[in-house]
Amino acid sequence: MPVPEDRLYSKEHEWALIQSDGSVIVGITDFAQHELGDVVYLELPSQGANVIQHQQMGEIESVKAVSEVFSPVSGVVLEVNTSAQDSPELVNSSPYEEGWLIKVQPSDEAELKSLLDAKDYVALTE
Amino acid sequence: MHSQSFKSPFIPNTSEDRASMLAEVGAQSIDELFEDIPSEYRHPELGLPEPLSEMEVIKKMNSLAIKNLHAGNYLNFLGAGAYQHFCPSVVPFLVTRGEFLTSYTPYQPEVSQGTLQGTYEFQSLTAELFGMEVSNAGMYDGATSLAEAALMACRVTKRNQITVLDTVNQRYIDTIRAYAMPQALEVNLVSAENLDLNADTSCLISQYPNFYGCIEEMQTLSDLAHSRGALFVMSCDPIALAMFKTPGDFGADIATGEGQALGVPLSFGGPYVGIFTCRKDYLRQMPGRISGKTTDSNGKTGYVLTLQPREQHIRRENATSNICTSTALIALWATVYSSLMGKHGLRRVADLCYQKSHYAASEIAKLPGYSLVNDRTFFQEFVVSCPKDFETTNYGLEKAGILGGYDVSDKYHNGMLICVTEVATKTDIDHLVETLGAISQNG
Amino acid sequence: MDEAPILHENALNRRRLLMERSRPGRTGVALPDSDVPPQLNPEASMLRQDLDLPEVTEGEVVRYFTHLSQLNFSIDTHFYPLGSCTMKYNPRLNETIAANPGFSMSHPAQPAHQIQGALEVIHTLQSFLSKVSGLPGVSLSPLAGAQGELSGVLTLRAALNDRGQGHRKKMLIPDTAHGTNPASAAMAGFDVISIGSGPDGNIDLDSIRAEANSDLAGVMFTQPTTLGLFDKKAIEMCEIVHQAGGLVYGDGANMNALLGRVKLGHLGFDVVHMNLHKTFSTPHGGGGPGAGPICVTEELSKFLPGPIATTNELTKLYELTMPEKTIGRSGAFQGNFGVLVRAFTYISLLGNQGMLDISGNAVLNANYLLAKLRDLYELPYDRKVMHEVVFSAKKRLGASALDISKRLLDYGFHAPTMYFPLVVAEALMIEPTETESKETLDAFIEVLHQIDLEAAQDSSFLHEAPYNTPLSRLNEAKAARNPELRWNKAN
Repeated sequence: MPVPEDRLYSKEHEWALIQSDGSVIVGITDFAQHELGDVVYLELPSQGANVIQHQQMGEIESVKAVSEVFSPVSGVVLEVNTSAQDSPELVNSSPYEEGWLIKVQPSDEAELKSLLDAKDYVALTE
Repeated sequence: MHSQSFKSPFIPNTSEDRASMLAEVGAQSIDELFEDIPSEYRHPELGLPEPLSEMEVIKKMNSLAIKNLHAGNYLNFLGAGAYQHFCPSVVPFLVTRGEFLTSYTPYQPEVSQGTLQGTYEFQSLTAELFGMEVSNAGMYDGATSLAEAALMACRVTKRNQITVLDTVNQRYIDTIRAYAMPQALEVNLVSAENLDLNADTSCLISQYPNFYGCIEEMQTLSDLAHSRGALFVMSCDPIALAMFKTPGDFGADIATGEGQALGVPLSFGGPYVGIFTCRKDYLRQMPGRISGKTTDSNGKTGYVLTLQPREQHIRRENATSNICTSTALIALWATVYSSLMGKHGLRRVADLCYQKSHYAASEIAKLPGYSLVNDRTFFQEFVVSCPKDFETTNYGLEKAGILGGYDVSDKYHNGMLICVTEVATKTDIDHLVETLGAISQNG
Repeated sequence: MDEAPILHENALNRRRLLMERSRPGRTGVALPDSDVPPQLNPEASMLRQDLDLPEVTEGEVVRYFTHLSQLNFSIDTHFYPLGSCTMKYNPRLNETIAANPGFSMSHPAQPAHQIQGALEVIHTLQSFLSKVSGLPGVSLSPLAGAQGELSGVLTLRAALNDRGQGHRKKMLIPDTAHGTNPASAAMAGFDVISIGSGPDGNIDLDSIRAEANSDLAGVMFTQPTTLGLFDKKAIEMCEIVHQAGGLVYGDGANMNALLGRVKLGHLGFDVVHMNLHKTFSTPHGGGGPGAGPICVTEELSKFLPGPIATTNELTKLYELTMPEKTIGRSGAFQGNFGVLVRAFTYISLLGNQGMLDISGNAVLNANYLLAKLRDLYELPYDRKVMHEVVFSAKKRLGASALDISKRLLDYGFHAPTMYFPLVVAEALMIEPTETESKETLDAFIEVLHQIDLEAAQDSSFLHEAPYNTPLSRLNEAKAARNPELRWNKAN
């Protein structure tokens, strides 16, 4: 699966897609879901919770491992992907689309500069 | 037996085999294979006894076994955390089948369905008995199960104080302390008269029936714990649960127990099996192993160890517990016992324990100098205050072929905690009563 | 309430659950009526409403559980080369002795003078393990290896605190360690630092030296290592740690290789735990019970978990006591006595000579497998091994360690330990033990070669293995996504 160019990436294998209204959708990359194996459970922050850039915001549990998920941006959680919570396999099958995790109202636009673009992220995973 | 003639019945390698294998390995002798061990440490004098034949070992072990007075040749009225219940004869025949006895933890589920399905049955039976939503595959014993429950309550509530009622088994309280200490969790003892719960309390822990045999006000305790945002934890006797209201009925968050009561031999304290049940909401915080239903690639129903990431072998530092081997065989024993007893048998056992213990209590209460300490409903154990001190009383019982109850004179004057289960006949109980009467009359 | 439950599985399905066999009115046991005058029942409000347990006959229970047992692989039926588990033959003598009523019907809370036989077993087994380990203080109370390990680490912590060195928080653990090691260290409040090995598979002493300062609590070390290697650098490692003021914990899971050959206490370990259900032949039982005794130096003896068996100076009788500054109880009573009595029986049978026979043959068997499989798989460390050998399956194109393991099941061999230690890619850890014959080992070798041929012909064939087992590969993701953990009426 090619790495989408329309978004930014963190070193911890999360992606951040900036919407036209300034909110940011967050998920994990195809590389991450592949490493994890079959995803069975998502532990995500609730709507209204605060998240901090590069700090743990939740956990993704697979049959063989539990992985911490770090938020690529700081801010307030606007929305949580309940479909993915109900069907965690979406994170495996569609990590960049239907398998999104949370939507955040970012508190500091400057933070985005510290994230990687698609090219740099690809270099990281090689 | 002279050690030079010793030949192990368990080692197939002959001297020919060894010679042939050494040749393949490229070594001159077996000793050569140990050369990485520096010579100054290698081959020390071991200091164990010389080998024995099987016949000699049996004789030796029999001579040790015979030094014990036990519930097989004495009338047993001792409980206090380990209970003599009748076990149907067929149980050991099934449980000690080699395929169960000598198999390993079911990491290859395709060839471990016996163990995994047996575990699923154990989980089903204990969850039903305890009236709780989920049960795990079992833990070491009732005490460690309760200690793990306390740790789990702290994780779930993110608080670090554990409150325990002083009517819980002291050995269990000590075990909780041992588990709490490394994580700097506090353990507070409270009494029913002085239920001091504060905002730091993660849980309120109670025993049902309590250590002295009595049924306490569980609903009141449950409501109190919940009103403080704490979890309500109950440590229960499984046989009592066949008769009395369950932890599920009281809204308990976690309920544990000692599975030894389900027909498992007393065996001087172990191996036993800890039962651990909780509400479904807390499933991912539950320690221990769990067997879950699934299907194979052909669509056939099967069982696997599931929710494994919580365990040490994947999460390592963040494991919810470091339990690895637990007591699968004993869980199987309890499962087979419970299958045979079933819906009516377990209830009948509970009734018999209740009836016989109450008969014993009322007869003892009639003896001059003896008084019952309990004022509440009890199940199979009760405290008697005796005219003579515990040691004198117990020794008098011993001379009459009776294993007396547990010493609780630290709390009740000349107190003895007596247990009567379904294995005691009326004749046995009358003999106990008569002997107690005689003891008080002797000078 | 009393209607017949609807069978949704055919009566020919021998794996249907107890509740699916249950019929109102069946019973599996005959109990007597009460023979005492009727006593006043508790108030109805205190009693439970219903109890949904099965109603089945004894014969049905026998058929069911007999059939279930036949779905298992076991040592009694199959070669079980699980590395680090020591799946040796479990002597039935142990079972007969443990079932002696003098042992099985002793109540754990009886006064000491009534159970001198049981206490003598505990006391003598303590001294046996002291001789095996070369360490004077022994506690048999831990109920399994993991609990013994945690107790060992806590004993170490108590000793440091007692020395006024409670500020030491760093625990060094090789990256090859069994998963319980870092879990135990973390539970004991230590900060885990992972240490790498050198190209020879031995511990990297420079990494140890780098951490040898006043923050160092100690090291947790498995000897022989989980790579199956005797690491003689561990001797110097102990010296370095001791000089820096730390203590060394020895994981004795692999003791089968060392019986009678060396005493870990002589090599500098301060605490050693053992697994009676590995080295000393007590049965694994499908996942326990086990026992995880720990052996310690004189200094650490006062911190041992309890109770332990001691002799009373005055009466000369055996009794149970708690060590002076004990870290606490391991459980309600004094350990898994039934397991202790089995291990005691085993050691009594085999004695000194028997211990040497065990380690000699176990190590020979493992080296034989190494010699015969080294051309098939990659050997990460080219040196003699102890009781187990670790291969990497990574050069076998198309066949992962998992695939090979699953295909082995089809040939009637239990898989070795896979994917452990983590430092070896596609790891296969094979421990034959001393109770396997050369013919069995040769058959195993031949089958592994056969599987390799199969993989070369068609690797996808192995991906779907096993084919000949009671069930094929099971859907673990489904079990974890939708946990179904108990029988429910709705099912």
